[in-house]
Amino acid sequence: MADFLKRGSVAIVGAAESDLGQVVPETTPVDLMAQATMRALDDAGLKLSEVDGVFAAASQLSMATLDVCEYLGIQPKYQDSTRIGGSAFMSLLTHAHLAIQAGLCNVAVITYGSTQRIMTRAAASPREYNQYESPYRLRSPVGAYAMAASRHMHQYGTTRDQIAEVAVSARKWALLNPRAWEKDPLTIEDVKNARPVSTPFTVRDCCLVNDGGGAIIVTSAERAKSLKKPPVYVLGEGECMSHRNISNMPDFTISGAAYSGPPAFKMAGIKPADVDVLGLYDAFTINPILFLEDLGFCPKGEGGRFVEGGRIAPGGELAVNTSGGGLSYCHPGMYGLMILIETVRQVRGEAGKRQVKDCEIALAHGNGGVLSSQCTAILGSAATV
Amino acid sequence: MATDNVAVALEMNEMKVSPAATYIEYCKKGQLAYQACLDDNTPVFYPRVAAPRTGSRNLEWRVSKGLGAVYATTTTTDVKRGNPDYNVCMVEVDEGFRMMSRIEDIDSNDVKIGMRVKMRMHPGDEKTPPYPVFVPAEAK
Repeated sequence: MADFLKRGSVAIVGAAESDLGQVVPETTPVDLMAQATMRALDDAGLKLSEVDGVFAAASQLSMATLDVCEYLGIQPKYQDSTRIGGSAFMSLLTHAHLAIQAGLCNVAVITYGSTQRIMTRAAASPREYNQYESPYRLRSPVGAYAMAASRHMHQYGTTRDQIAEVAVSARKWALLNPRAWEKDPLTIEDVKNARPVSTPFTVRDCCLVNDGGGAIIVTSAERAKSLKKPPVYVLGEGECMSHRNISNMPDFTISGAAYSGPPAFKMAGIKPADVDVLGLYDAFTINPILFLEDLGFCPKGEGGRFVEGGRIAPGGELAVNTSGGGLSYCHPGMYGLMILIETVRQVRGEAGKRQVKDCEIALAHGNGGVLSSQCTAILGSAATV
Repeated sequence: MATDNVAVALEMNEMKVSPAATYIEYCKKGQLAYQACLDDNTPVFYPRVAAPRTGSRNLEWRVSKGLGAVYATTTTTDVKRGNPDYNVCMVEVDEGFRMMSRIEDIDSNDVKIGMRVKMRMHPGDEKTPPYPVFVPAEAK
């Protein structure tokens, strides 16, 4: 697939969030998808009638593209509702890339919406029964990630404080983002002393439970040149589906990012040192540690030490999760699309107080399930193509 | 017509008992069962109708000795439902497969990675058939 996909042949030309945090009563996931889609089209300077490709996924909708198309009156030439958890939107970006390059559609919207906060998580994400896991009452997904953290601590000596520092760094970024859910400072001690959930994690190691959604608009590089905003080109993509259930994760300390990253870097023709901003799906505090290692930003086992001392916080050496992440900005259930929106803003130079200087290349890494699906996308400014 | 259906069923080698039902039957006898792929002699767990990677249908049921070591562990707090803290862990079973379980008979916070454990069949309840849990293996 990577040989067919051409670096820089498509660009993200519109990006927008829907209402976030806690939405008004009786809002539906499709309301949020439609709201974000129209905002993203406005951002791009495109009309709804120009959309001919619809790519959507939502935890609450089993046929998300049908919902979006009906609601907005779109007859798509091409559509896709891939559901592999929160990384689905990086995968859908690849699918939109393929479809546009193949001439199956030209203006693609990728969208997501969730009302899991007003609906409750139990209602929004029903459990699937599994004979070999359900009897043990794994609190999913947190228990799965907690066990991965236990293994990383055991094998590499990663400390509780290092893991907590991921949440502290995210919070510092969130305080620079006016749309972030969390508004108060957070310390390592606060994280450790918060309500216990599943050792080693407290509630502050866990992503937020929010409503929200977003949309991005993808089109051909040629079309992108004449639109309102600077195009953000898709430079590289890769994905890895390593398991479904945590019992079947081959090695709890090595995520599929170790396999999704290399093809994405190869396609983009860059190395980790060339990346200016990272969006790493932080469902739980262990995630960025694993992904920094697996994507080649530090050696395996060094992730805990790497994040120490504010290295991934504002003013640190490496800008990670500049929105405040799923931990402190907004986590509406399937968070991958929110990462793409933030990285687009960074490449455009639109990120306000949290803007990383001279950001030309951003990496957006999605995670889905219980470290199950891993999808990496590398984006770049016009200077990179 | 009926004869044709039988012929098709025989040709397709339809399942008489599902992998999960077979597994539960062993559990009811107090045994932790797994499969081995006879093509390359690798253990398969959870039980399936075809082996992962090879796709082999040449799967044999085997009974584990029930000994293993803790691979990963967590203590879950369930304040909302008012349940006591409980253990969830992964056990690497000596026959070469890994499974979710929990360690009983000790405080969950004392469960350590690498700890040797042995299987004990939990009787289950009205809703859940018997399932394997583990306890610390006796010191030798």
